[in-house]
Amino acid sequence: MSNVFIAFQSNEDSRPLVDAIVADNPEAQVVYSPGLVKIDAPGRLVIKRETIEEQIGRPYDLQQLHINLVTLSGNIDEDDDQFTLSWKH
Amino acid sequence: MTSIDLQAKEIKPTRNTFTHVARYIGGDKPATRYQEATFGAQPTQNFHYRPTWDPKYELFDASRSAIKLADWYVLKDPRQYYYATWTMTRARQQEAVEANYHFVEARGLLGRMSDEVRASACQVLMPLRHVAWAGNMNNCFIAAYGYGTALTAATTFHSMDHLGIAQYLTRLGLAVDEPGILDAGKNDWLNDPRWQVLRRLVEDTLVIQDPMEMFVAQNLALDGQLYPLIYGSYVDEHLTLKGGTAIAMLTSFMPEWHDECVRWVDAVIKAAAAESPENKVLMSDWAKVWSDRVQAALAPVAEIALGEHGQAALQETREVLNARTTKAGLTL
Repeated sequence: MSNVFIAFQSNEDSRPLVDAIVADNPEAQVVYSPGLVKIDAPGRLVIKRETIEEQIGRPYDLQQLHINLVTLSGNIDEDDDQFTLSWKH
Repeated sequence: MTSIDLQAKEIKPTRNTFTHVARYIGGDKPATRYQEATFGAQPTQNFHYRPTWDPKYELFDASRSAIKLADWYVLKDPRQYYYATWTMTRARQQEAVEANYHFVEARGLLGRMSDEVRASACQVLMPLRHVAWAGNMNNCFIAAYGYGTALTAATTFHSMDHLGIAQYLTRLGLAVDEPGILDAGKNDWLNDPRWQVLRRLVEDTLVIQDPMEMFVAQNLALDGQLYPLIYGSYVDEHLTLKGGTAIAMLTSFMPEWHDECVRWVDAVIKAAAAESPENKVLMSDWAKVWSDRVQAALAPVAEIALGEHGQAALQETREVLNARTTKAGLTL
């Protein structure tokens, strides 16, 4: 199955995002390069609002992730609670 | 013509964080700003002189509290507030409150409220300026005499939050009525027999000597009943039904703030109680004694606010507080 991926600017804001993704996607691979953090996952990658909120201890609006979003691949399925990348149509 | 070859070169930092932070997070890993601003910041040695006003203790002395913790940094703030995150959060909330004031004033909503609602709101909310000021003093006390930056930084923020709430109440009074309303509120606070039980309780908290007892009394027992009763049952439910939505808009910060702080207060209590059975017993006693006193002190206030429904609303708030207390690991 081909990978999906998402990449953020590597900074203080995206750190809890990356931690949340790693917690929710055991197969995700995190690659740090200068200024950038890219997360690959086979087939599917989910970002959950609840997990991020646990990390930061306060409410989080998933739309905030776009501030630090660099690039992604995969089809997006998103609502207020989750943001999923996959190859499903 | 020479061609220029541009390449990204990765420079690895020699280490990821400070040694004193690394000790707390289990090795040299990238640390959050909260961790770097908090862990290891408490001065611990080489104090040279004891305070002349209280030579039993060192300048910073964990034994000022009967609560014993091997490491005071376990009292972490789940909101991860350090100066920047706290000010940014509060600034956003201040903008929301300003927008609400603008909305209410531009539409003259305060003028459309009945005199009865206006009078009731002032009668209930104005004396609470003084309660909020005591909350400011009490959290300042914890910040000054408590131990460990995890606790003292968060209580410093909390103390400023209380001051902000006192200011919001003042501003509300000035928006709803003439400046004399503030004096009327103070007069009730000092002389109206229905406020004297609460005033006595609040003044008794001002002289608590143990920072952790202060934390339980002020932040758990008092705030844990006052805020849900006043801003939940009274403003958001009772006043709104009677056409006082404008008051709910102008006090929107308080219930939002309280919900946020509950998580911090409960986390601190849970961590302290989990350390030892002795801590648990001590804190359970404090929670019980102060929650009972607060409930008794709020009884006449609940009646001013909600009339015959006051006691039921207060009892309901108490039950919510009891559930929180038990969930945090204390016994009632």
